[in-house]
Order: sequence, then C-alpha cells, then structure tokens
Amino acid sequence: MAQLQTFKLPHLPDHPVHIALFRDARNAEFLRQQLLDGNTEFEYAFVDAAVVLSTTQVFAAVFRAVNDMMKQRLKSRNVHSEIVHCFSGNNNIATSFRTFGITPATTSLLAIKVSSTLTTEQIQSHLQEHVQGTSLPFSDASIAELNDLSKIRKIYKLDQPAGKPGGARQGKKGKNADQSAGEGRREMEAVVLGMMALRGS
Amino acid sequence: MTDTAEEPLSFPLPLPFSASPPAAFTPLTQGAEAHVYLTSYPTTSSPAILKYRPPKLYRHPLLDRRLTRARLLAEARTLVKCRREGVDVPGVLGADWEAGWICMEVVEGGSVKAALEGWWQDVKGRKEEGSGREDEVLSDLMGRIGRAVGKLHSVGVVHGDLTTSNLMLRPAKKWNLDAAGKEERPNLEGDIVIIDFGLAMQSVQEEDKAVDLYVLERAFGSTHPWAEDMFKKVLRVYSESYKGARIVMKRLEDVRMRGRKKSMIG
Ligand SMILES: Nc1ncnc2c1ncn2[C@@H]1O[C@H](COP(=O)(O)OP(=O)(O)OP(=O)(O)O)[C@@H](O)[C@H]1O
Ligand SMILES: [Mg+2]
Repeated sequence: MAQLQTFKLPHLPDHPVHIALFRDARNAEFLRQQLLDGNTEFEYAFVDAAVVLSTTQVFAAVFRAVNDMMKQRLKSRNVHSEIVHCFSGNNNIATSFRTFGITPATTSLLAIKVSSTLTTEQIQSHLQEHVQGTSLPFSDASIAELNDLSKIRKIYKLDQPAGKPGGARQGKKGKNADQSAGEGRREMEAVVLGMMALRGS
Repeated sequence: MTDTAEEPLSFPLPLPFSASPPAAFTPLTQGAEAHVYLTSYPTTSSPAILKYRPPKLYRHPLLDRRLTRARLLAEARTLVKCRREGVDVPGVLGADWEAGWICMEVVEGGSVKAALEGWWQDVKGRKEEGSGREDEVLSDLMGRIGRAVGKLHSVGVVHGDLTTSNLMLRPAKKWNLDAAGKEERPNLEGDIVIIDFGLAMQSVQEEDKAVDLYVLERAFGSTHPWAEDMFKKVLRVYSESYKGARIVMKRLEDVRMRGRKKSMIG
C-alpha cells in the first residue's frame, strides 16, 4: 500500500496537506501527461525528489503556495502547480516546472495534495492505483537517499566563490560525521528557504 | 529613524496567522516598527520568529504599504545575502511583503546587552575574589564582536543600527547531556549572531561602515560605560579582520570628529 501522510501545518488549519514519496517510479510519462491534459483527477503537485533538499523545504513551498492562494495571487493554474513553482527562487514558471516538476525521466517522485474534502484513504488508494513505484515514508532520511546535493547546489547557485554558505559555522571540532552532514544540510536549507521566500520580490 | 506613535494592539495578525489562536504566539517585543513573536513555521515542530510590521494608520495607506514593503525586503534580502556568504545571521524561512511579515530562524541565547548586564552584576556582586580572568573574558567577547562586524562589512553589508541589543550571543550546543542540566553563572561565551536588519544597506562606502562602528562605539559608551575601555579590542580585531578595514578605521576618526562638533553645537 502506498504510504501517505497527512499533515496540518501551523496557521493553516483548513488546508491539510497529504504527501507520498516514491522511488523507482516507472510511469512518470503517464503522470505528467495527466497534468498536461488537465485531468482533474490528478490534482497533485508532482515534484522530482532528486532535487528536493528536506521535508522542511517541502512544507515551506506548500506554505507559500497556500498563502498565495488565500491572497489570490497565484502565478500558475492552481495551488498544486503553484507548489512546484514555490520550490524555485526564480520567477519564471516554465523554469520552475522544468527544474522541480515531473519529467518523463523522473524516477523519484513526491506527490503532494492540498485538500480538506478527500480523506487520507481516498488519496492513498488513488495514488496506489496510478503511481507505479515503491512507496517510502516521507522523511528527511528517505529524501537524503534519493536526492542529488550537487544538483541542488547548482540550482540555487550555492557554490559561489564569494563564500560557502555556512562558512561561519564550518570547521568546528568535536563532532561526528552525522552531525556535520546534518548541519551541512541545515545550512543549505537556511539559504534555500530564504531564496524561495523572496521569489518575485 | 523610527516613528514615535505606539501601536496599541498586538493583535490582530494578518492572514494566515489570524487563523491561529493567540496562544500560538509568544510576544517577545513590540517596538515602534515591528512586533516580534515566537511561533512555529513552517511545521508545528519548527520554532520560528515572526516579525510583523503592522500598518500605521496615521500614514497614507499607499505610502505606508510602500515603506513597509521596502523595509521588510531590505531586511529579508540582507539576511539571505549574509547567510549565503557565511555571516552568522538567522535564515529567512518565509515572508509576505504585501502583508508585512517575515519568519526567520530562532537564535538561541539572548542579546549581548543582557549578557553583559548579567555578567557585570555577577562580577560586581561577588563577595569572594573573582577568578582574576574578568578582563580576559570581556576582551574575548569584544574580539568576537569585532570579527563579526568585520565579516559583515567584508561582504558589503552595513547594518544601520548596531547596538548591543541587535547582537545576540548564542551559547554553544550542549552535546553533553550532563552539562545541559546544570545552572551556570552568567558568562560571555558563545557565537555572535547579528539580527535586526531593518535599516541595513548594501554598501561599499568606507564612510557608511565607519558610521556603523561609530554607532556601536556610542552604544557601548552609553549602555555599558564600564566596558567602554574595552571597546578598543573590538576595533583592533575589526581592523585586522578583512582587507579594507584599515581605511574604514581612518574614516572612523573623521566620523568621531564630526560627531564631537555636532554635540558641541547642540
Ligand atoms: N531571530 C531571532 N531569534 C531570537 N530572538 C529574536 C530574533 N529576532 C528578534 N529577536 C528578539 O526580538 C527583539 C526585537 O527584534 P528586532 O530587533 O529585529 O526588532 P525591532 O528592534 O523591533 O525592529 P526595528 O528596529 O526594525 O523596529 C530582539 O531584540 C530579540 O530579543
Ligand atoms: Mg532591535
């Protein structure tokens, strides 16, 4: 059974968020076609998990998309396409979809749905029926298995010669590799979330 | 610099925060410009600082929106730039410049101002002999402040309101559980984290940087007069912290001179 988790974000009590993560997806082409056709049964944000950094980043993208929807300033068709756009620091929608959205080559896939009318079970069985892939729990550990940090660094231009993000806090002694890796991700996240928040400013 | 009228209400907050009960927000400060709360964002398990600039009803609405937007974006953009370039500041988690809010990471610890006051009370109030290392401890803090301001200036950012309230002291993470529980005497250990970039600008002018130092020097003089002598250490470490710092130090002399003349005239 596809694992689907339902979250309530703080300050957004009326907009439950449902998220499922898949690896080795085999029918990205089909799923993408449903979006292109505007098939209303497929109202999901399908995000390429290879370029996702963390669960917090996902929630930040959802938060911004829902907030922009409530303020009636969506830049794209609906809240689901907007979620994909909200991963980007770049205002160009086509670029956002190309970078973060599902492509025929996508194998690691995040399915995100904002809905207060459908139940977790309903969404779960719909995904079960239509996504051919292996379901994983939505967690930082799963994302870390699937993502490509160097690709993410390139997307957000995090390798600027002027200085590495988090330079101020690197090189501390007395920590093991796990602590350092976790800290490295949090340092990247702190910059990425800022760029996502400031898109369009 | 800031308008003087007080905003009487700390609520209501704008959407989406207005959907949460007041208990979801712990008020921290309510200045003339901004209300600061501790809340969670973007998940229930991630604490965050919410800084909200409410509309000022006595200003023309159009002008008010433009001013709020400009200040909020100046602050948010500077934080992101700093974070990207390795200056220790809270990261931006979310923002809505139309609504006037920004969410950022929580800096653990307290202000340098509070740390200095607590520490000084403790040192003064001791019946027994102090450790004899007080000068060293204070000097070390001053050095960290000089390095932090130097790092900020080295990436081309001028703060605009450098006071000891806008410098925070973040204690080291306690990996060791034994150490975590025990009460400590007030101390001056930790990393310097700079906050409150509402008046910041990106500038390469030595003059602007010198004014930043001058403001900090004056703040020390009036808030912590007993530490004024030690301020030299801030400047010494600053002047060696990046290429170009020495020219700023030269300009600081001019700025001080002008400051003195100005206060003589009235
Ligand atoms: N990121 C943070 N982490 C922890 N505490 C914070 C943070 N940001 C602000 N604070 C607390 O809130 C207080 C007020 O914040 P800040 O200095 O940014 O606002 P302000 O002085 O009211 O703003 P302005 O000068 O733009 O009117 C700080 O002195 C600090 O105690
Ligand atoms: Mg302040």
